[in-house]
Amino acid sequence: MKRFISLLFLLLTLTACLPQSSQNSSDSSAEYIENKGSDTIVNLALAWAEKYQAENAGVRISVTGGGTGTGIAALLNNTVDLANASRKIKDEELAEARAKGIEPLEYVIARDAIAVIVNPQNPVSQLTLKQISDIYSGKITNWTEVGGEDRPIVKLSRETNSGTHIYFLETVLRLGNKEDKTLFSTDTLLLPSSEGIISEVRDNPNAIGYDGLGYVPHDLKMIAIAKEAGGAYVLPSIATVNDKSYAIARDLYIYTNGEPTGAVKQYLDWIFSDEAQAIVAELGFVPVKQ
Amino acid sequence: MEKSLSLREFIITRLIQASGYSAILFVALIFFFLLREGLPTLSEVGVTSLLNVRWYPIEDYFGILPLLSGSLIVTLGAALVAVPLGVGTAVYISEIAPRWMREILKPLVELLGGLPSVVLGFLGILIVSPFLRVFLDLPTGLTAFTGSLLLGGIAVPTIVSVAEDALDAVPRAFREGAWALGATHWQTIWRVTLPAAKSGVLTGVMLGIGRAIGETMTVMMVTGNAPVLAVKLGSLFHPVRTMTATIAAEMGEVANGSQHYHVLFFIGMTLFLISLLVNVIASSVIFQSKKRAERVLS
Repeated sequence: MKRFISLLFLLLTLTACLPQSSQNSSDSSAEYIENKGSDTIVNLALAWAEKYQAENAGVRISVTGGGTGTGIAALLNNTVDLANASRKIKDEELAEARAKGIEPLEYVIARDAIAVIVNPQNPVSQLTLKQISDIYSGKITNWTEVGGEDRPIVKLSRETNSGTHIYFLETVLRLGNKEDKTLFSTDTLLLPSSEGIISEVRDNPNAIGYDGLGYVPHDLKMIAIAKEAGGAYVLPSIATVNDKSYAIARDLYIYTNGEPTGAVKQYLDWIFSDEAQAIVAELGFVPVKQ
Repeated sequence: MEKSLSLREFIITRLIQASGYSAILFVALIFFFLLREGLPTLSEVGVTSLLNVRWYPIEDYFGILPLLSGSLIVTLGAALVAVPLGVGTAVYISEIAPRWMREILKPLVELLGGLPSVVLGFLGILIVSPFLRVFLDLPTGLTAFTGSLLLGGIAVPTIVSVAEDALDAVPRAFREGAWALGATHWQTIWRVTLPAAKSGVLTGVMLGIGRAIGETMTVMMVTGNAPVLAVKLGSLFHPVRTMTATIAAEMGEVANGSQHYHVLFFIGMTLFLISLLVNVIASSVIFQSKKRAERVLS
């Protein structure tokens, strides 16, 4: 008897739920946006998705990392709407896309710049990319060799699992040359957090470090960098990153399959809004517009 | 009635027995897990690559010698700091300090033992390392020595509490005998009490060292994590990278089942074997000293 009543109760609740749920879905017909790719961008993409979903109840955005390659592969298999990439799509990938009838469209959604920082007491204020490479690979070990005081150079870096570490290795140590096998000198200190690098640079006049532009506090000295010897020395800032005169900066991309429509288009438009670009700055990246 | 009592007795005894055996079971399970995840490294990476002097896993340099030497030098430094300080404190508390001092010191030392290691790490970054850089005129304060000092601080409470118990357990008659023979206070401590408590003091020292070598957070924060092969005594004043810090820093991002993943487990296995070795040496020393004591008594 008891069992019968509970069963009846269950049935009643179910029927009570039914019309309501069908009403819900006809109201806003929940839209799903699949977003996948670069681990560098994943935190930014998550922050965007969270904010956007809070404002637009009918939209569900799923964000996953896995790397730029994974994201683009997913776009080519037509399993995602948006692919996040920290590099441009490769020619092979583009050819494969065309063969599959997919037309990747590119959007620069933010920029990522790395500032090289030293202690404010350090008289050195400008370096060439080559000099920074030589410092980190251990060819230059004293500040006198780059116009500073007679002090040993203490090199600070992020841990090897950080995206910033790999980008710095490729762009600065190897000067963008893929064949180059230069490595960080073994006595480079690998610190587990940005905070560790910043506190050591703040305290130690021998130190040189690097970090995402947005994370550098005002009391540290940023180095002006020249792309080659004799070139102009440029300080990192939102302006110099956006006009591409600063050397250690890259564009961050989102790729779509063809011209986006509907919810995906609205989301992309929102990404370029002031509100979304403010999140870009908050996470230490450079907004594409101000 | 009597029967149920004996049954209850039986069950309780078995339960206690099982919890005793479970320690063995857990250690065995952990070891087999480490073996299963770590041993594939020997064929994947190879012994010669593992004995390389460069650790840079994202480009497939898997030399673990710098990490091994880093851990050893930090632990050695910590032992040099902690053993004299720890045994000294234990002797003071148990033999010299007046009663009221004892009652203050003991809980304070135990409090020190409860200090979270990450707090010690903060202390290291903000105070110890800047101070050492200026005081010793080093290029950077993030060195093996900084790690040793802080690890010494972590090991001291362990050493003190075990050693102090051991000293306390020495029968009062031993000391009175020494005094009766005209020994001074110091002679009594050094020639009678300490040797009598030797096995307990040694256990404390080994436990302390075991804590130091397994400690992760503090060393990751203050030793600089540079994978340099530390072979000279001067390396104590340079940055090093320990095995524990490497596992902690890299495990989170590594792909499950990859070469790098297996190497990290291999490092964990090595760490496990080292602490096993330390314990075996400790217990064999204690065993020998016991045998000698028995000989003397008989």
